[in-house]
Amino acid sequence: MIKRLLPLLAFALLAVLLGLGVLRNSGKDTSAIPSPLVGKPAPAFSLPVLGEPGRLVSNEDLLGEPYLLNVWGSWCPACRDEHPVITELAKSGRIKVVGYDYKDEPEDAQRWLQQFGNPYSLVIADYDGRAALDWGIYGAPETFLVDAQGVIRWKFVGPITPEVVQQQLLPALETLE
Amino acid sequence: MKAWLFALLMLLSAAAGAMDPIVFRDDAEEARFRALSAELRCVMCQNQSLADSNAQIAHDLRLQVLELMREGKTDREIKDYLVARYSDFVLYNPPVRPSTWLLWFGPGLVLLGGLAAVVVVVRRRAAQAPAANPSDDGQEW
Repeated sequence: MIKRLLPLLAFALLAVLLGLGVLRNSGKDTSAIPSPLVGKPAPAFSLPVLGEPGRLVSNEDLLGEPYLLNVWGSWCPACRDEHPVITELAKSGRIKVVGYDYKDEPEDAQRWLQQFGNPYSLVIADYDGRAALDWGIYGAPETFLVDAQGVIRWKFVGPITPEVVQQQLLPALETLE
Repeated sequence: MKAWLFALLMLLSAAAGAMDPIVFRDDAEEARFRALSAELRCVMCQNQSLADSNAQIAHDLRLQVLELMREGKTDREIKDYLVARYSDFVLYNPPVRPSTWLLWFGPGLVLLGGLAAVVVVVRRRAAQAPAANPSDDGQEW
């Protein structure tokens, strides 16, 4: 009896294993690469500020206050989707939001901000995307949470949704306070 | 998710216009670059190597790899540079460490399990073989 059921049992075991694999990965963005930089100091950079020619901002200028670094570009439709969420977050005053204009043209970026609103306390511009390599950025939108000591505490790849704010960002913010 | 995918596509299409072919100093450099970039995985389209991918980020990373090569960095150092920023994901040949043991040794374990099963079955059949002697066969045919 048991011998006859053995193949069925083996199959059921495999099915459960596969099912678990599917369950564990469903709803997860499999294109998101875990950042090895979480828990490490933000990379050194010195980048121009959008709309203020001649002004450079470095990682050291941003020390002292936690901030959210939101990578976006005027060429990126998903950034448009997440923009209201970022705007609301900036308005709430919970966290300083810094924009990171990635591989963009300054004129396009300015126009985009005029059209959709500018929630950023500061927008740094990385026109050629070289500095982005040090952040491990590979697309937009991407968002980093950096604490007052300049350590990256959290990273999210893809558009931020209200659920992501509730489930990931706010708890991460609480650990900073 | 759809919007995100669209963003990827936009990034890919934006890449088409903006990429200049890489000019190599000599054949040796080209050969080394090709070998290295074939071992690295594109972070954007994860089923392609850095060498094959048309994504803009792959192009940027290729230029960075070339620059690091020209700075005299070894292949090891270049890989470490990328892993520090983009994690083990960029390696098609991930390092052996506790978190990748299952990946490296899992197939071997499965093979061993299969072998063990075969041995058990063969032994059991061998033990039963005398019983299957035709002279003792009670069946009618």
